[in-house]
Amino acid sequence: MSIPTIRQGSLQLVDAAKAQSRGALYVAEARIRTMAKWIGIIFAIAIANPVLYLISVGIGLGGLIDKSVGSVGVDGVKYLTFLAPALLAQAAIQGTMDETVFPTIEGFKWNRTFYSMNSTPLSGAQISIGVFLAALFRASYTVLLYFGVMWAFGALESPHAWLAIPTSIFAGASFGALMQSVAAKLEDENYFFVVLGRFIMMPLFLFSGTFFPLTSMPFFLQWIGWISPLWHATELGRYLTYGHAISSTLMWVHFAVLVTMLISGLILSAHFFTKRLAK
Amino acid sequence: MSEYLISARGLTKKFGDFTAVNGIDFDVSKGESFGLLGPNGAGKSTVMRMIGATSQRNAGDLTILGKDPERNGPQIRAHLGVVPQQDSLDMHLSVSENLYIYGRYFGLPRKFVKGKIEELLTFAQLEEKRDAKVEALSGGMKRRLTIARALVSEPEILMLDEPTTGLDPQARHILWDRLFRLKEQGVTLVITTHFMDEAEQLCDRLIVMDKGTIMAEGSPASLIKDYSTKEVLEVRFGSDRNQEVADKLRAMCERIEELPDRVLMYTEDGESLLEKIYASGLHPKTSLVRRSSLEDVFLRLTGRTLIE
Repeated sequence: MSIPTIRQGSLQLVDAAKAQSRGALYVAEARIRTMAKWIGIIFAIAIANPVLYLISVGIGLGGLIDKSVGSVGVDGVKYLTFLAPALLAQAAIQGTMDETVFPTIEGFKWNRTFYSMNSTPLSGAQISIGVFLAALFRASYTVLLYFGVMWAFGALESPHAWLAIPTSIFAGASFGALMQSVAAKLEDENYFFVVLGRFIMMPLFLFSGTFFPLTSMPFFLQWIGWISPLWHATELGRYLTYGHAISSTLMWVHFAVLVTMLISGLILSAHFFTKRLAK
Repeated sequence: MSEYLISARGLTKKFGDFTAVNGIDFDVSKGESFGLLGPNGAGKSTVMRMIGATSQRNAGDLTILGKDPERNGPQIRAHLGVVPQQDSLDMHLSVSENLYIYGRYFGLPRKFVKGKIEELLTFAQLEEKRDAKVEALSGGMKRRLTIARALVSEPEILMLDEPTTGLDPQARHILWDRLFRLKEQGVTLVITTHFMDEAEQLCDRLIVMDKGTIMAEGSPASLIKDYSTKEVLEVRFGSDRNQEVADKLRAMCERIEELPDRVLMYTEDGESLLEKIYASGLHPKTSLVRRSSLEDVFLRLTGRTLIE
């Protein structure tokens, strides 16, 4: 069989300006292709998580709570309605975490794929943004499926329940961007996952006003909620879905915290990616 | 654009107090196969990363395809094909998908890349592995895929950092065959290696590097001519006795090198030298006459072997 002649035509073939302007999208395209390899697992997680939570906490615990509080409700509504925006936001946070932290460590350390990406016209910042965009795509997919399960369980009594979808993705984006910048700095990830799982993710999930209003906790623990994107997104979600009472000032604070986390995460991440690749 | 594709003057790279590349000069012309030969830690890969426009120099001038990598990194990288020391393939994707996404990074149209993949799979002898996961490939196959990947954008310069390190002899020969074809087809190659046979086979011209500086420059043949003799006689007297007889041997030829396990004797005629040794009453346990290689050049220049 004849062996093809290798041409040298990149000067005509490659449009450097085009490659530069769309770089982040190419990275996202490659990342989504990789995710598609375990789409089955992503789907299973997105369905199984809400099913388990809604049965145990929502129906089991929720039934008990609704009975004991009577018509007053939790924050004026049924427990499941109260819980839904928090669970959705948590799912988004977990989804973006998975698709920012792991690919970042893998790209720098396990497979060094970021280095081969960087030897094309792609810049460090574009690689960083591309990974983030793909993670956002994954979070949206997960949240939509999660939402579908909630609907099937009849957990969405408010006509505005769907508004928790954007607030959840917002929470995922903020936390994901920040964690991506942390992952970009990691040289040794061994302890990171232990700390991340037990001392960051778990407390955030439990103490962000997820299962009960933040104010029910002792004051000295409430700060966990204040720094938690989950709490800020949940508060916004509760306001939008069932009219949970918050002052307009506080609403802006929630919004500002999430935006600040998102923007600083993106900037730091782009910066750390660029520096580490240029070493 | 200057007549050279790559031109370096006083090129310097420091990592803190450590000077990895210390003010080196070299040029690479179109269609040339240019080599950087030297042991591990000589600064070859650092030079490659600077030519690859991913790592910036600390001093000196560097022009690649007429541009300065400090200002035009992405524009330069758009026309380079880089084969790094570690394959850094996407382990989750198949062979053809790896080629596909890499083509996309250059902004190449999907249709073009799909056609190109067929060509490259044939070139890299990976047609039957197109849908295989990269994880399942042998070391040699991964290497060929990495080279195919670097060719997807039809680069002006193909850069290979230690292309056959870690491969078994058979895989290495398959790879050399492919690289030699590229050289024959006139592809501009920049290759780093610490294997002298690789440098001899693949490079038109090379620089010998040690500790961040250039020790010598020229074609493999001219380097051997300039820094070594035509033949080398290798003799072994046993580890304890090599040193003992070294002084006697030194008197018999132009130059000797004492290695831990053997003595290398530099001469124009190995067989007659061996006869002379026997005539003097010395009886080496083993002896071997061979032609001089780049390994001898390196030994002459640095007093050390390439692979330590």
